[in-house]
Amino acid sequence: MNIVVCVKQVPDTEVERSLKPGDSTLDRGSVDGVINVLDEYAIEEGLKIAEAQGGEVTILSMGPAKASESIRKALSMGVHKAVHLIDDGLAGSDALETSLALAEVLKSIGFDLVILGSESTDARTGMVPAMLAERLGVPQLTLASKVDISGDEITIRRVYDDGYAVVTASLPAVISVVEKINEPRYPTFKGIMAAKKKPVQTLTLADISVDAGAVGLANAATWVSDFAARPPRAAGVVVKDEGDGGARVAGFLVERKFI
Amino acid sequence: MAEVLVLAEHTADGEVKKVTCELLTAARRLGSPSVVWTGSGVDAGVARLAEFGAEKVYVADSSDFADYVVAPAAELLASLVASKSPAAVLVAGTTEGKEIAGRLAVKTGSGVLTDAVNVVAGDDGAPLAEQPNFGGAITVHSVVRAGTPIIALRPNAVAAEPSSGAASVEPVAFEASDAAKAAKVIEHVVAEKGERPDLTEAQIVVSGGRGTGSADGFRIIEKLADAIGAAVGASRAVTDAGWYPHQFQVGQTGKTVSPQLYVAVGISGAIQHRAGMQTSKTIIAINKDSEAPIFEVADFGVVGDLFTVVPQLLEEIGKQKQI
Repeated sequence: MNIVVCVKQVPDTEVERSLKPGDSTLDRGSVDGVINVLDEYAIEEGLKIAEAQGGEVTILSMGPAKASESIRKALSMGVHKAVHLIDDGLAGSDALETSLALAEVLKSIGFDLVILGSESTDARTGMVPAMLAERLGVPQLTLASKVDISGDEITIRRVYDDGYAVVTASLPAVISVVEKINEPRYPTFKGIMAAKKKPVQTLTLADISVDAGAVGLANAATWVSDFAARPPRAAGVVVKDEGDGGARVAGFLVERKFI
Repeated sequence: MAEVLVLAEHTADGEVKKVTCELLTAARRLGSPSVVWTGSGVDAGVARLAEFGAEKVYVADSSDFADYVVAPAAELLASLVASKSPAAVLVAGTTEGKEIAGRLAVKTGSGVLTDAVNVVAGDDGAPLAEQPNFGGAITVHSVVRAGTPIIALRPNAVAAEPSSGAASVEPVAFEASDAAKAAKVIEHVVAEKGERPDLTEAQIVVSGGRGTGSADGFRIIEKLADAIGAAVGASRAVTDAGWYPHQFQVGQTGKTVSPQLYVAVGISGAIQHRAGMQTSKTIIAINKDSEAPIFEVADFGVVGDLFTVVPQLLEEIGKQKQI
């Protein structure tokens, strides 16, 4: 089976992030890049499926040169090879444009199963998996907390706030996975060494026949007109529990008419 | 006045979700609200839609919406966008709502703005959306400049205000294409949730963190939530440890909530957690570490052991109820 896992390098969520004043894009230079944490579950799921069903796992990542760090980490987890879509024209692309570019790569490299994390921790639109399914004309099996494959048939548990749905389709398909679907493996020393020799194919917009006028910040269908740091919250009252802590919280609730 | 399509969130028997009323309130600022109703139950729901200003209600009473994932709803909206040329399309910013918005954007070549907490008519009359970025650290104003603006509005962000509308029902013939029937729902399992409100729609959320110590210790969070009619949330430390189910996680990789009141109990308030709750209107924190960052965003904080503070709080709430 030919499994492609889409991976996005994002700024570390453990530190403060900001936008650049000039073009309102993410200030990627100011923070360390890491693999989007939800994509780690996608990588693990891809590896597990390949181990059970046979086949290869390919990482597909779109991003600047720096994204190669995340690609290398994914390779060290045991992924077989990678495709890095890298082109200055892609900078500032929104979800609609990103899905266009990724779909064109997927069409050109071929796939039986595409796996993504359910969303990225930076933009958090959660739309790219659904957009890819739409663009590729294949079944959308998203928000999976469990994946079963039998022959050409794939069945997932789709998570809802009130429970889950069992959803089935035929391959090829696009799936997205939620946190905790599995326990992502850590790269081993052997894996890290092996990753250095694994093939990484770089592609540009020209390679996938996408016109530069169809992607990137200047051509995005959405536009940030302005942004501002959220005003800090007014300082609150913090008291030490002197045996009356619960009563004081209750007093606050009464004062604010919550009870 | 141009129509604004509002995709209704409702149950199969026609109970209209609160977020639908919020969408109608926002839609009225942009044009004449037309509800798009998928599946059954409209007879039971139409009065509520009228109460919040729906002028028209397009009803596609087909089982395809429940039987197949997301694609049929996007297909219906795309056909209505083509035939009605609306000024905008508003959907609930739920995980499924955003997926529908995404597919619709591809089908119609339109820009889509997700996670909006407010939308108003800009100077040119086109929608201007307010979006909190990076968990609310930055507020962004965005516009759509291609196609029909599609906006996913976060539940609980815009206050629903009644305003009467005609809510005239217009049936729409709909059958999903074969392509939209590719992912088939064979079973829907609804978890027992009791009387608690939905986490993202709740007016009050009580969340517990690492300080609760165990699944057993976490029960005090549920008790407090039930005492004040709140939804239960949990920090990532709790869901990672398996003390409470993952779908209740509030934070960067979980749910984002904006309730009137958020009570953080035994939660230190790392950036990862604050990203999911710092747009709450009022925040109370109970934590034994006076240095915990949660106190930086709290309107009222108590430094103390949650296992003594919360029982006393429960007792006081009990007394209040008797008054």
